[in-house]
Amino acid sequence: MDYLTILQILDSTVRLATPLLLTCLAGLFSERAGIVDIGLEGKLLGAAFLAGAVAYVTGNIWLGTLAGIGASVLLSLLHGVASITFRGDQLISGVAINFLAAGLTVVIGQAWFKLGGRTPSLPREARFGDITLPFADQIADVPLIGPLYAELLSGHTALTYVALAAVPLSWWVLYRTRFGLRLRAVGENPGAVDTAGISVVKLRYQAILIAGVLCGLGGSFLASLAAGFVKDMSAGRGYIALAALIFAKWKPYPALGATLLFGLLEAIGNRYQSIKLGDITIPVQLMQALPYILTVVILAGFIGKAIPPRAGGQAYVKER
Amino acid sequence: MSKMPKWADTILIPLFSILLAFFFSGLVIFAIGKDPFNAIMVMIDGAFGSTGGLGYTLYYATNFIFTGLSVAVAYHAGLFNIGSEGQAMLGGLGVALVCLFIPFGHWTIALPVAVIGAALFGGLWALIPAYLQAKRGSHIVITTIMFNFIASALIGYLLTRVLKVPGAMSSETARFPESTHLPTFHEMLAPLGIMFNKNAPANLAFVVALVACVFFWWLIWRTRLGYQIRAYGQSESAAKYAGISPSRIIIITMMISGALAGLMAINNVMGEAERLIDNAVEGAGFIGIAVALMGRNHPVGIILASILFGFLYQGGAELALWEGIPRELVVVIQALVILFTGALDNMVRMPLERLFVALKRKEG
Repeated sequence: MDYLTILQILDSTVRLATPLLLTCLAGLFSERAGIVDIGLEGKLLGAAFLAGAVAYVTGNIWLGTLAGIGASVLLSLLHGVASITFRGDQLISGVAINFLAAGLTVVIGQAWFKLGGRTPSLPREARFGDITLPFADQIADVPLIGPLYAELLSGHTALTYVALAAVPLSWWVLYRTRFGLRLRAVGENPGAVDTAGISVVKLRYQAILIAGVLCGLGGSFLASLAAGFVKDMSAGRGYIALAALIFAKWKPYPALGATLLFGLLEAIGNRYQSIKLGDITIPVQLMQALPYILTVVILAGFIGKAIPPRAGGQAYVKER
Repeated sequence: MSKMPKWADTILIPLFSILLAFFFSGLVIFAIGKDPFNAIMVMIDGAFGSTGGLGYTLYYATNFIFTGLSVAVAYHAGLFNIGSEGQAMLGGLGVALVCLFIPFGHWTIALPVAVIGAALFGGLWALIPAYLQAKRGSHIVITTIMFNFIASALIGYLLTRVLKVPGAMSSETARFPESTHLPTFHEMLAPLGIMFNKNAPANLAFVVALVACVFFWWLIWRTRLGYQIRAYGQSESAAKYAGISPSRIIIITMMISGALAGLMAINNVMGEAERLIDNAVEGAGFIGIAVALMGRNHPVGIILASILFGFLYQGGAELALWEGIPRELVVVIQALVILFTGALDNMVRMPLERLFVALKRKEG
C-alpha cells in the first residue's frame, strides 16, 4: 500500500466521518441534558430527505440544508413534546421517530417525485462544492506534506469543516459557559438545577434543539454526498453515531476520535471487499459489524467503563 | 389511588390512542392526494376479502404474535428489548441448521426439533446483552440495538460464504427437504371440507403462535417465575427485598424473550420460505414493539394487535399494488401507533383521568 492510497483512504475516512461526527455531537448535547436519543437515525434520514428535495427544487444546497435542519428540528420537537412535556418514555419516543422518518420520507417522496421514494439526483450546482484550502495546489508537489495537505486536509465540503469546528465549539460550550454547566447538571441531577431556580424543561428543550440542528446538518451532508435522497440512506449511521457517543464516553474530543475510527472502518470496508492477512481473510461483514462489536465491548466495561449521564432517560417530575 | 376504572385503562386508552394514530395516518393519505376512505376499503378488501388475502394477513399476524410476545415478556420485567429483530434472525439460522442437517421422516418430528433450534438460537442471542445488563450494567436497549446489526452482518456472512449453495446466484441456503414442510391452511382445512387458498402462506405456525400465547399467559400469571418477573418489573428494590435475584430475572427473562422472537422462524423460515434468505425478518421484530404496546403486554391484546398489523401489512401491499401508495405507509402507521400508545400515553391518559375524576365528583 503506497502513501497516496493511504491518503485516499484517510480522505474518505474524513468524508464518511462527517455525518457521524455531526450526529454524534447532536446526541452528545441531547444525552448530556438527560434526554436519551435513539431517534438520531430518524432525524438524520428526515433531514437528508428534505434537504435533497428542497435542494433539487430550488437548485440551492444551502436552502436544502435549511430545510433539512427544519425537518430534523421538527422531529426533535416531537421527541421533546413526548418525552419532556408529556414525560413519556424517551426510548419509545425515539423508536417511533425512527419509524416515522423511515416511512414518511418514502411516502412523501413518492407523492412528490414519483420515483419510488427517491428524489431526482442533484446536479453539481445543487450540491456542496469542495473547498480548496489556500495554497493547496501550490504545495501539492512538496513531498509528504504536500499531498497530505492537498489530498487529506483540503478539498472537503463546507460541512466537513463545520463539523470539525463544532468539536472545539461544543467543548467550549459544555465546559466553559454557564449554559454548558447547567446543561450538564440537568443531565446529572435535574432536581438540583430546579432548586437553583432554573427551568429543567427549558434547558432540555434547548439541548434537543441543538441536537436537531446538528442532525439536520448531518442529513444535508448525506443528501449532498449521495447527490439526492434514496430510501433508508442513513443506513444505520444514527445508530453508529450513538455507538460512537458511548465509545467517546459522552465527551466532544473523544467523539471526534470515535467517529473518525468508525469512518475509517467504513472507508476500508468500501475500498476492499475482503482483506487478506496472511492466510486469514477478514470478510467485509466483519468490518461492517466492527463498530457495533467495539461498542458492546466498551459497554461491557472491559476497556474502561462508559458511564452515561446519571439522569439520562428519566423524565423530570417537579415536586409539588 | 386509581383515578380510572380498570376497563378504561385497558380498553379505552388503547382505543383512543389507536384512533388518534389512524386519524393522523388518514391525514397523511389525504395530504398525498389520495382518499383515506377509499384506501381503507381497498385494505379491508385485500386483507379479509378472500381466503388468499386472509392467508397473508394471518401469516403476517403469526410473525407479529411471536415478536409481540417477545417484547412483552421483557417489558413485564421492565426491560425494553429492541433486539427481537436480531433474535428472530438467529432463530431462522437455528431452524435452517435443524432442517438442513438433521434428516427427518415427517414434519411432526421435524417441528419440535425446529422449535427447540429456533428458541435456543434466539435465546442465546439475547443471552449476551442480558448478561451484560445483569452483571456489567450495560444498558440493554443499546446492546440489543448493536446485536441487531451484528446479527445482520453474521447472517449475511453465513449466507454468502458458508451456507450458500455453491454456484447459486442468490445468497440463501438450499431448500429444506420436503419432509420438513409444514401443512398450510389449505392442507389443514381441506380435509374438513373448507376450501382455503392454495397459495396463501398461512400455515401450522399460527397454531404454534397460539400455543405460545397460552404458554405466555401461564408463565406470567400462573407461575412463581412469572410472579418474580412482574415483581422485578414493578420495583427492583422491592423485588430485591423479597429475595429475588435481579441478575437471574434479567437473564432468564431475556432468554425467554429471545426464544419467543426466535420462534418466529417456524413461521417465516420453515413454514413459508422453506429456506433461509437474507433479511428474512423484514422488520417484524420492530413491529413487535408496537404490538406489545398496543396489546398492553397481554396475550389476548397481542393477538388482536397482531391481526391488526397483519391487516395493515397485507392491506398495505394491496394499496401499493392498486393505489400507488408505497408500502412504507404501514411504517408510518406503525410509528404513529408506537408514538400514541407508547410515548404519548400521558397525553391521552391525562384528559381521560380528569374526565373520570370529574364524573366521580358529580356522582358523589
